Formats: sequence, structure tokens, C-alpha cells
Amino acid sequence: MKLTEKEYSYLTKKISPDTKYYKTLPTAFIIGGLICCIGQAIGDLYKYLGINETDTGTLTSITLVFLSAFLTGAGIYGRIAKSAGAGTLVPITGFANAVVSPALEFKTEGYILGVGAKIFIIAGPVIVYGLAASVIYGVILYITQLF
Amino acid sequence: MSEYLNEGTIILTTEPSVYSYAAAGGKMEGDGPLGSCFDYISQESDFGESTWEKSESRLQQLAFSHALSKGGISEGELSFIFAGDLQNQCTGSAYGIRDTGIPFIGLYGACSTMAESLVLASIFVDNNAAEYCAALTSSHFCSAERQFRFPETYGGQRTPTAQWTVTGSGCAIVGKHNNPPYIKGVTIGKIVDLGIKDANNMGAAMAPAAYETIKSYLKVQKKTVNDFDLILTGDLGSVGSEILYELFRKDGVDISTVHNDCGLMIYDFEKQDVHAGGSGCGCSASVLCGHILERVKKGELKNVLFAATGALMSTTVVQQGESIPGISHAVHISCE
Repeated sequence: MKLTEKEYSYLTKKISPDTKYYKTLPTAFIIGGLICCIGQAIGDLYKYLGINETDTGTLTSITLVFLSAFLTGAGIYGRIAKSAGAGTLVPITGFANAVVSPALEFKTEGYILGVGAKIFIIAGPVIVYGLAASVIYGVILYITQLF
Repeated sequence: MSEYLNEGTIILTTEPSVYSYAAAGGKMEGDGPLGSCFDYISQESDFGESTWEKSESRLQQLAFSHALSKGGISEGELSFIFAGDLQNQCTGSAYGIRDTGIPFIGLYGACSTMAESLVLASIFVDNNAAEYCAALTSSHFCSAERQFRFPETYGGQRTPTAQWTVTGSGCAIVGKHNNPPYIKGVTIGKIVDLGIKDANNMGAAMAPAAYETIKSYLKVQKKTVNDFDLILTGDLGSVGSEILYELFRKDGVDISTVHNDCGLMIYDFEKQDVHAGGSGCGCSASVLCGHILERVKKGELKNVLFAATGALMSTTVVQQGESIPGISHAVHISCE
């Protein structure tokens, strides 16, 4: 029996299982929240050590990026992300993982054409559109401040 | 001599024999339900090599050398090797067998390549164009991931319909012999595209091709599904298999009683997190060469229709919004 593309699309949707959001959303919330709590704890620790507000923010980010890079290299971050999803993707640790994982993966093609050329293969769009959005934001801010 | 019937179907009148066969795989495949069927399992996913591409070539060499030694034949006795894999330009195969000095025909049929290579090897032998031919394919999880998806250590989630690329290779040596399994007929499939664009739902993209090819073979050979002990698709996985049942049901045929899928057989769905099942050239190759052919040889299975399935896409065309064309080739394997 011949099916049209529309009929087949309907059949496929009917049979293909959906993501279990009731399971994935709470996991993402808990693990993502936990990463944020760890970040807060690290920040509080730096503050307790007498570091000023601005430097505390920078140092906390650096620490989280380091931890993520380390766990990526050890093959642990990917395993956590399998369950956590957006919980590990959205925080700064996800960005670090997106940069470190291609750097490790494409080392076999050399430091120039491998690591150098492919390091931003995943994070590239975030950087490009993040920068573009910040420029637009800056222009809007400039115009609104004229009046 | 081979005789063309209709709809891509050819009968092989001399019924070439799958003289020898072997399968090699990775740790995860070894831990699966068919683990004991493999001739070689590596506990290390790199197979002792420095790149994933080399690992896959090594994997092919292992399946190839085991098939030769099990059959007690030397490389020099082979007329041709038909081999393919998923790497760009089929380098897994070319680099794997470059030192053999055997005339080589590189094939690309995505995950259907095991059936494609077996079809061609059998036709060559059937027509006295070769005495012995090797049909050989492989896939490696890591070389496939870095080419088609993400780096191995990237923290991403898979959709429930996604499949897991098998680290495995299978090799079948075809020749004229009086020992089963025999190849009775083949159907070379046509490309079928019903507009699936989701690269994470390959089962859905390939199921219509499997349906068309199986239907063609049955129709042209005037057989029914009940003439087979097993109709074995390549890597439709759980989603594609369900769709295949539904497509046959619309014709009033229940294929589910004799059907199985290599992608459903190779992993333990309870213990191994493989979502919709296994996939890759090595999936159907290792299940066929490690498990099914042996069962046919022993007479446990009398007639098997092996229909490996492939999605003929690349990341480039999928990103350009193209739909995914599917293909399936069928091989009738028998102990009679």
C-alpha cells in the first residue's frame, strides 16, 4: 500500500516515542540548580577569603569553567549531561564542555587544522549570536539614552 | 548463472555458499545479548590504535582475518573484496585492507552495505567471475559520532528515537561449496524517501525502503512471510520495526511473527542505554556474521531473508533541509 508523505508523517509521529518531560525537566532543574548552588558556594568562599565583589564573580566563573573542563577530560561531564540535559548545558559549565570536547576530539587532526579550526564547532554559534545580540543591545541602549 | 526476474530481484542458480564468516566488536557489543557470538571482542574502544579511524580499520582487519582463518583459506585465494563503512570516502575499508593486495571494490550503502556487499559477492561467484569473494563492512561508534554528530565527550542528550552506532565488523566469504548457508536470491533495493527530515529518527527514514524491498522479493519469488523462519532487517530499531509492521498490516500481512531487527538484537535494552536500538554498517554485519549465519549453518534457521537498511544522507544535505532517502537490499539465505 502506498502512503503519501503526509500519511507517513502522521504514522511516524504516532509510533515515535516522545521525550519524557515529566522525567527530564525535574532532573534538569535539580542538576542545573545544584551547579548554581556550587557556584554560589564557591563565590561565598572567595568572599569569605576577603576577595572583593568583582573579582569574586570572575574567580567563580574561572573555577566553574576549570571544573567543567576537568570533568569533560575525565569523561564524567558527558555522563552527567546524559541525564541532566539543559541542567548541564545552560550554566557556564556547559559552555566550557562545548569548547573542551571538540578540542580533545579533534586533536588527532593536529593543533592547527584540528584543535584550532574545530574548537568552536559547537560553541561558535553561541559566540557569534551572543556578540551580535550584545551589539544590538548596545545600539538600543545608546538610542534610548539620547532622550 | 544469475537470472534477473523483476523489481530488482535476481535468482542465483548455482546457489553460492557463505563459506566462512566472522564478527568482531567492541566492549559494549560484547556485553550485549550476542556477546558470546563474536569471534573477537576488544575491551578497549580504540583497539590499540591512535585514532578512531584507525580503530575502525583495525576492527575490519580483525573480522576479515578471523573469517579467513575459520575457513582455512588464504588471502591469495580471494578474487575480490567488496567492502564499505560509514566514514567519508569509505576510508575505514580502504585503509583496513590496503595491505592485502586483493582487488577491492569499495561500496557505500550506508547501513545497508553488508547486504550490498553480500549481494555483489554472491552474484560474482554465481557467474564464475570469482571463486571466492569477501563481503566486509564495519562501523565504529566513535568515528561515526565525530563525523555525524558531536565529539565523544560533549554533554548532549539523545532523542528517544535516536540509535546507537555499533562498534562492530562482519566478514562473509562467499564461494562455490556444498556447505550451507546458501544464497538463493537477492533483491537490489530502490531508493525510497517519504519525507523524513529528522536525522535522529533513522528507523522511520529507512522503514519504507525495507517494506518495499521485502515486498518485492516475496512478490517476485511468489513467497509469503511464512516461507521464512526469519525476516531480518538491518537497523530499523524499535521505531522503524514498529513502522514496518504497520506498513505490512495495511496490506493485511502480519510480519511481526517472523521479523527481527539486528538493531534490536545486539544490545540489552534494559541494561544498555541505546534508546531505539543499534545502527551502523557494523550492526547488521556483526549480527549476521556472528550469529545468524551460524544458526543457518546448523539448520536452526532454514530460510532467512536478510534485508539490511541504510539512510543515504550526509550531515550537509540534512542541514540544508533535505529529507532522508532510505534503501534496503535483501539476501535470501538458506540451509536447503
